Amino acid sequence: MNHEEPFSGLLTEPSTVVTAGVELFERTLAAQGVDHHRVDWRPPDDGTAAAIARISADPRTVAANEEAVSRLTSAEPRWTDVVTASEAVGIERGQFLHAGPPLTWERASGPMRGALIGAMLYEGMAGTPEEAADIAARGGIELSPCHEHGAVGPMAGVVAPSMPMFRVENAAFGNTAYCSLNEGLGKVLRYGAFGPEVIERLQWMRDVLGPAMRAAVRALDGMDLRALITQALQMGDELHNRNRAASALFVREVVPPLLEAELDPRQLAEVVRFINGNEHFFLNLVMPAAKAAADPARDLPGSTMVVAVARNGTDFGIQVSGTGDRWFTAPAEVPDGLFLGGYTVEDANPDIGDSTITETAGLGGFAMAAAPAIVRFIGGEVGQALAATRSMYQITLAEHPVYQVPILEFRGTPVGIDVTKVVRTGLVPVVNTGIAGREAGTGQVGAGLVTPPMAVFSAAVRALADDAGA
Amino acid sequence: MTVRHLDVRRGSYHDSVTLMQVSRTVGDVDGVEAALVAMATELNLDFLPALGFDAGAVEAGPNDLLIAVRAGSDDALAQALQALEAALTSSRRPSADTWGGEPPPRTTGDAVTATGARLALVSTPGEHAFVESLDALRAGANVMIFSDNVPLEAERRLKDEAAARGLLVMGPDCGTAIVAGVGLGFANVVRNGPVGIVAASGTGAQQLTCLLDDAGIGISHVLGVGGRDLSAAVGGASTVAALRALDADPATELIVVLSKPPAPEVATRIEALAGELATPVVLGLLRPDGDDLTAVAGRVIEAAGGTAEPPAAWPVPDRAPRAGHLRGLFAGGTLASEALALAVRELGPVASNLHLEGATPLDGTSAARHVIVDLGEDEFTRGRPHPMIDPSLRLERLADETARDDTAVLLLDVVLGHGAHPDPAGDLVPAIEAAVARGIHVVVSLCGSAGDPQDRDRQASSLAGAGASVHLSNAEAAREAIRLTRGARP
Repeated sequence: MNHEEPFSGLLTEPSTVVTAGVELFERTLAAQGVDHHRVDWRPPDDGTAAAIARISADPRTVAANEEAVSRLTSAEPRWTDVVTASEAVGIERGQFLHAGPPLTWERASGPMRGALIGAMLYEGMAGTPEEAADIAARGGIELSPCHEHGAVGPMAGVVAPSMPMFRVENAAFGNTAYCSLNEGLGKVLRYGAFGPEVIERLQWMRDVLGPAMRAAVRALDGMDLRALITQALQMGDELHNRNRAASALFVREVVPPLLEAELDPRQLAEVVRFINGNEHFFLNLVMPAAKAAADPARDLPGSTMVVAVARNGTDFGIQVSGTGDRWFTAPAEVPDGLFLGGYTVEDANPDIGDSTITETAGLGGFAMAAAPAIVRFIGGEVGQALAATRSMYQITLAEHPVYQVPILEFRGTPVGIDVTKVVRTGLVPVVNTGIAGREAGTGQVGAGLVTPPMAVFSAAVRALADDAGA
Repeated sequence: MTVRHLDVRRGSYHDSVTLMQVSRTVGDVDGVEAALVAMATELNLDFLPALGFDAGAVEAGPNDLLIAVRAGSDDALAQALQALEAALTSSRRPSADTWGGEPPPRTTGDAVTATGARLALVSTPGEHAFVESLDALRAGANVMIFSDNVPLEAERRLKDEAAARGLLVMGPDCGTAIVAGVGLGFANVVRNGPVGIVAASGTGAQQLTCLLDDAGIGISHVLGVGGRDLSAAVGGASTVAALRALDADPATELIVVLSKPPAPEVATRIEALAGELATPVVLGLLRPDGDDLTAVAGRVIEAAGGTAEPPAAWPVPDRAPRAGHLRGLFAGGTLASEALALAVRELGPVASNLHLEGATPLDGTSAARHVIVDLGEDEFTRGRPHPMIDPSLRLERLADETARDDTAVLLLDVVLGHGAHPDPAGDLVPAIEAAVARGIHVVVSLCGSAGDPQDRDRQASSLAGAGASVHLSNAEAAREAIRLTRGARP
């Protein structure tokens, strides 16, 4: 701003003019040959105009959002350990964590019920799927969202007490976040499958994979996840639906310490083959890295920044910094994308999983321009990947100082979703996701894009306005 | 055979002025009985039953485009829909190329940041203007707020924010400005020169700049401040900022403050500040019994070293006063109140929708009394374009008044300049001829400059050719209309 001249020099020479509203005035400027730019303005989502005005006038908002996004982007997530869920998040037999906002068995969708059944079989609480479903229906299990225990879980996100979990520490703030280990693709618990091969794999992960990963990370003295994510973005991943480069980089890091860990050679081969054959292995480290980054930005009065986006297969929910632990929910939509084998959209379950924590932290759909190959997955053109990232700058508070997109001249990814911007622009977050089968026990049926419901952002805006007072 | 077409386009937003023009285009197609193209607000949905549509069948919200057309035949409907597409397409540019281009910004703040603009012109519906304007200020741009219906508290917050940042808020409800040679909103094409104007009145500023231009006196800037700026509640915040800035501006040698009489404490503040400035200040405070705009223009011309002459007119010779009533139909608010003040003084009670001592409320009918009405007020423009943009509202009213036996004189204003209708005379001439044929005297106040895109002198000739007398001075037009109304006090 020019402080020498009044009104930033407005009277000194003709200015470029920005116009919002009536098109007639653009035409009068054009007729005078004045450089002018129209705002692609539209009214905010129904009934939120007064709420947005109140939030804009709230003297806390600007500073609170600066603080929130600064905390989010200055995170230094490190993978430091593998511990059991009971140690990590304090759950005991009969208690399970799940993805998304709070949920009951009665309201749970097919894949969520399937995952819970599988987890009960895995924990030995039931001998058959029917028995497990009976116990759950009688209220014999206790459910709680991962997000409320410093954890995140992909798809159904079901965590049972004896499962191994990655521990991620945010060195900048000293907080931790946890996530289960990735099971691979196909018939897996997180997509609601609970057949014998699923349970056997989970047991192997508990007995072999978990201890091996623990030995590796301890030998490495931790792994800098921020650096690895930064590299993977430059290698064509967006770190939600595409983790191919990141998983390869991960293998490169962990194999030497695994070789030194003096494991049984056959088990070592199993472990290396397993992680090397799963190009989504790293997803379960990106997610707690994003969770560890977002948590310090919680509970800042007046901040309109989203700190969690999560779905439980029934509801789509968000949490916002300025409104504490409150969830704003609406019915989850069915994702649109490409389907595996003979599956169709008819087989698809509504949106599910905590993996949208990646979008919350400036990755996933927000970093799609870094991953042009992903448009094949959604049946689109490369330009759509660029357009997706570019449009997200309109609903975010900052550009990430470390996570960058080479094709956009190394511009930082859009980060820090501002609910008021979502409601004003009509642009909802771009979310890449896997698609679970509707029936319990089916597993994954596809992958694609999902449209978050605008209603959750409008509801958050109204609550923030109430908090902003008169 | 009547055919109906009802259609909702999700998430297709257009501003209301554009849509009202599109509605009109579609409605004008031969054989179309009714057409509504509008955002599906509750207000607009309420129009459906009157047009013969079942509103209950429509599920749509304010971000959805509602299209309802009733026509006399399938052919007419098809033509109407074709006209609709053409009108909608011409109002939109192609979307940005996704490979190379940034998507167009959707908030004023983002647009200011992306372009480095130092000025934002906000004309959204009033309830959204505060947020967009605050955005612009925070991004470092000055703001002109054309929108009306902005709450007083919001205006104060914006002006506080602007003061803290050394920026200017023009408005709300600011219809005209000229900044460094650029006309904003409704502005006339006037020559550059030494006079800087701070105006709380839009059409008042247009009249003043046109009269100065005709007298050879040019304008440095016209900074609008909004009609409430000089109230006690706002305290003249923008007026003070604008006065200081014009004082510092090397191009401005004489400053004019144009406003209705301010609140007393604000008047004191402005007068004191005017005395401190290095640049001379002419106060043009429009009291009902004080100087009219033409007189203020005269004072400014003299102060600027010119000679004030009577403004140009195109008279009609040999018209005798006629028995009956004066009917004034105005598009410009300040022009209407000036005419009303003069008429009340000479004719006694005048019915009007403007508030003034001696004026009686307008109850909808014109029966047996003098009437001066401002058709640009909210009660007329809700859901219809402003009469400065689209003459249809006034043409309907003109036909009504012409049909009345007691109409003696019709007084009209015609405002030219950027943003105004491209040929207002073209639409008015048949209406004026019809009135003159019934023996009614027609007087036109023509607010325009020689440089305006409508070709002012050709507009004046057309209006005069139809039998109206034409005055560049609004006050002079009002006086002549009053004189021609028999029964005026001598």
